[in-house]
Amino acid sequence: MSIDVLLQQIVNGLVVGSVYALVALGYTMVYGILQLINFAHGEIVMIGALSALFVTNALIAVGVPPALALVVAILAAMIICAIVGVSIERIAYRPLRNAPRLAPLITAIGVSIFLQQVAILVFGRNYFTFPEIISKAPIQIGAITVTMNEIVILITSVALMTGLLWLVNNTKIGTAMRATAENQKVAGLMGIDINKIIAITFAIGSGLGAVAGVMVASNYGQAHYYMGFMLGLKAFTAAVMGGIGNLWGAMVGGLILGLVENVGLIFVRGDYKDIFAFVVLVAVLIFRPQGLIGEKVAERA
Amino acid sequence: MSAVLDIKKLEVAYGGIKAIKGIDFHVNDGELVTLIGANGAGKSSTLRALSGLITPVGGKVTYKGQDITGVPSHALVGLGIALCPEGRGVFARLNVHENLLMGAFARKDKAQILAEVDEIYTMIPRLKERTKQMAGTLSGGEQQMLAIGRAMLAQPKLLMLDEPSMGLAPMMVEKIFEIIRLIAKRGTTILLIEQNAQLALEHANRGYVLESGEITLQGDAKVLLADPRVKAAYLGG
Repeated sequence: MSIDVLLQQIVNGLVVGSVYALVALGYTMVYGILQLINFAHGEIVMIGALSALFVTNALIAVGVPPALALVVAILAAMIICAIVGVSIERIAYRPLRNAPRLAPLITAIGVSIFLQQVAILVFGRNYFTFPEIISKAPIQIGAITVTMNEIVILITSVALMTGLLWLVNNTKIGTAMRATAENQKVAGLMGIDINKIIAITFAIGSGLGAVAGVMVASNYGQAHYYMGFMLGLKAFTAAVMGGIGNLWGAMVGGLILGLVENVGLIFVRGDYKDIFAFVVLVAVLIFRPQGLIGEKVAERA
Repeated sequence: MSAVLDIKKLEVAYGGIKAIKGIDFHVNDGELVTLIGANGAGKSSTLRALSGLITPVGGKVTYKGQDITGVPSHALVGLGIALCPEGRGVFARLNVHENLLMGAFARKDKAQILAEVDEIYTMIPRLKERTKQMAGTLSGGEQQMLAIGRAMLAQPKLLMLDEPSMGLAPMMVEKIFEIIRLIAKRGTTILLIEQNAQLALEHANRGYVLESGEITLQGDAKVLLADPRVKAAYLGG
């Protein structure tokens, strides 16, 4: 194994990992506030990818410049996903808020399957080609090859994550989100409408998921109704690895998972790539169930 | 004097068991009224029903002439009612300053809020030394001070305190009551739920004694303090 190969895989790992991190944030934010694993989050990512793909193609078809079309499509996908995310919470999860925890978990799996079926109805079962708008021509930096598309993915992810951290730690609404995550009853006494905060949390997580969906679709050049499943599982793994409920944990977990997968590719054939995520998940659950930087799972008041 | 808070025939039940059996009481403008009683007498159930945390099964709660029975807790803040919950309920993973700001969540006047935060710091210097400290790392007494300060930042006309002395060392209890007296002096109407009958009655204008979900005695705090029945049951002799 040469050092060049290793460096290349590290770069690839960071790109993929930053996407995992964005998706993992959606899991961890919802978990932090509702102690619910929103298994439908992967499908949100898929809906983001497919709706961005269709909007981009439609806009390009009527003569909009591709770069502008992509930007508009991403914004549209974020809005669509935010609406879907908030609706899921309102319709499927809120009525179960005081139910035993197994009920919303099973519901989340149901919602996930439901959204896949809706995607088949709306978009179809085909594999769609995502147009190459940001160049994927290789750029040589020393021994490493990257594409402009990958560079944009990395920069956008870092910007979004920085923005989210700033929002959560420095704004009134972010403080209210942390307060609600800690104690919903007392947050209510402060005049915080916790239903609104929960809706905002779903909207933000889904919006980030939409962008991640576009990143995946543009990076692999395709999107399909089933793409959210494996991606969602891996991002969930990343969130658990970092310590579910913890924003930093989701980001670090995503990056580590991306790195492990891609560095691991040096040693095994490409088709076995997906194994790493789950080996990591099992290992974390056995040896450090609270995650790498997770606190002890907080007891509920 | 007009009643700020008027409770009529309030009933609270858990499952089929009645915890509050139709009680009447009121709090006048500018008064400090205390509701005392032993553990399990129904004090906290009463307060939970008043603050929208549980819906009463019967009766009516009127605030400044407005029916607020069953209004959810987050809507009460806007009306000028703040509750300092039992067990303090500070946000352990928010720092002291953020906790105080959450008390002012419903308000928009940022400059005035910060001025009032400074006032709280002047009134409770211990908090000022710990602004950036996570509330979970404070002592019980400091947390109680923080909870009261936080409730004050909602600019309440009516402040409801649920067992502020619970689990605190006697010296700290004195300090907490000093703060309550300061708040009352500034004109805030206070409903104080307390197990420590002696201290509560010493500070209050009027008092009610709650026993097994019913009000058994009521009147001027000084008179209650001297009442042999209160003495026997709550003041240890």
